[in-house]
Amino acid sequence: MGTLNSTLKFYMPVLTIVPTIKSACLPRLVQLSHLHTSPNSQAPVPALPEKGGKTRHGIIPEEIFQLLYPKTGVTGPYMLGAGLLTYILSKEIYIINHETFAAACMGTVIIYGVRKFGPDVAAFADKLNEEKVQKAQEVKDLAMTSLAQAVLDEKKEQWRAEGRQMLFDAKRNNVAMLLETNRRERVHMVTNEVKKRLDYQIALQTLHRRMEQEHMVNWVEKNVVTSITPQQEKTSIAKCITDLKVLAKVQQAKATVAI
Amino acid sequence: MADRIVPLGEKRLMDVKLGELGSWLGKRDFTPNGVLASIRNGHDRYYNKYINVKKGGIGGVAMLLVGYVALSYMWEYDHLKHDRWRKYH
Repeated sequence: MGTLNSTLKFYMPVLTIVPTIKSACLPRLVQLSHLHTSPNSQAPVPALPEKGGKTRHGIIPEEIFQLLYPKTGVTGPYMLGAGLLTYILSKEIYIINHETFAAACMGTVIIYGVRKFGPDVAAFADKLNEEKVQKAQEVKDLAMTSLAQAVLDEKKEQWRAEGRQMLFDAKRNNVAMLLETNRRERVHMVTNEVKKRLDYQIALQTLHRRMEQEHMVNWVEKNVVTSITPQQEKTSIAKCITDLKVLAKVQQAKATVAI
Repeated sequence: MADRIVPLGEKRLMDVKLGELGSWLGKRDFTPNGVLASIRNGHDRYYNKYINVKKGGIGGVAMLLVGYVALSYMWEYDHLKHDRWRKYH
């Protein structure tokens, strides 16, 4: 149960700090837990109060003084205390014996110790508290930053997922280009092959024609050469010479006219 | 002044008028469960007021110790009676 837990925790790690008369140097305790007792509560845990209930001289709650102030003023509770003390002593409801002396010694030592070492222990306890709170805060901050980072990453992933369409378009373009390149290569190949075959046929035909022509020319020459008799040769040479002479005369005449 | 009528048994002690004190005591829950509940309630109130704070004081523990001292004195009074200095007061 909640209270059982809190009881155990109360009695174990309590560091008692002694008050001082001046309320400026406030005493402190190590922080104890402040749990939700119901498992279904959604509200954030309210912060612990800063200071506890006020007490005067450490053992008398302030409420008594506030209660008596309207009727008896400031000294009322002190007078009440003094009267009670006198009554108790005189009627020996409180008996003075050896234990009184022991109590007085112990009380002196305790009060002296608390007055002297109170603030130091208080500061130490505060420091311990601070460290605990700081550690918890660090864990919380770390969790917050990592979660915020995770949120940003998630948003970025979503943005990336939207860009997938562009990626697919680019890939489709690539594939189409590859196909087109392939088709054109093959078309070229086909053209080249067909051209080669046709060139071969043309070369073949040209060869045929050339060979026929040369053969015919050779045959005609041979025949002509064999048909020229020596007599015909002489007469044709003489004619050529006379023609040349005539031509030379004509040429000379032209040359002298031009000059 | 009063926002709603509170039945007598559930009033807080400081709100009970003197004349109603007897009937108020009669209406309180004295079953074991009720006693336990009141003990738990009182403990929670004291604890949350004086101890479960950021900067507690010695008052929280000191009041408990003083109460313990007083209670143990009362329990031992019958033995201590023999140490009295005078017989008649």
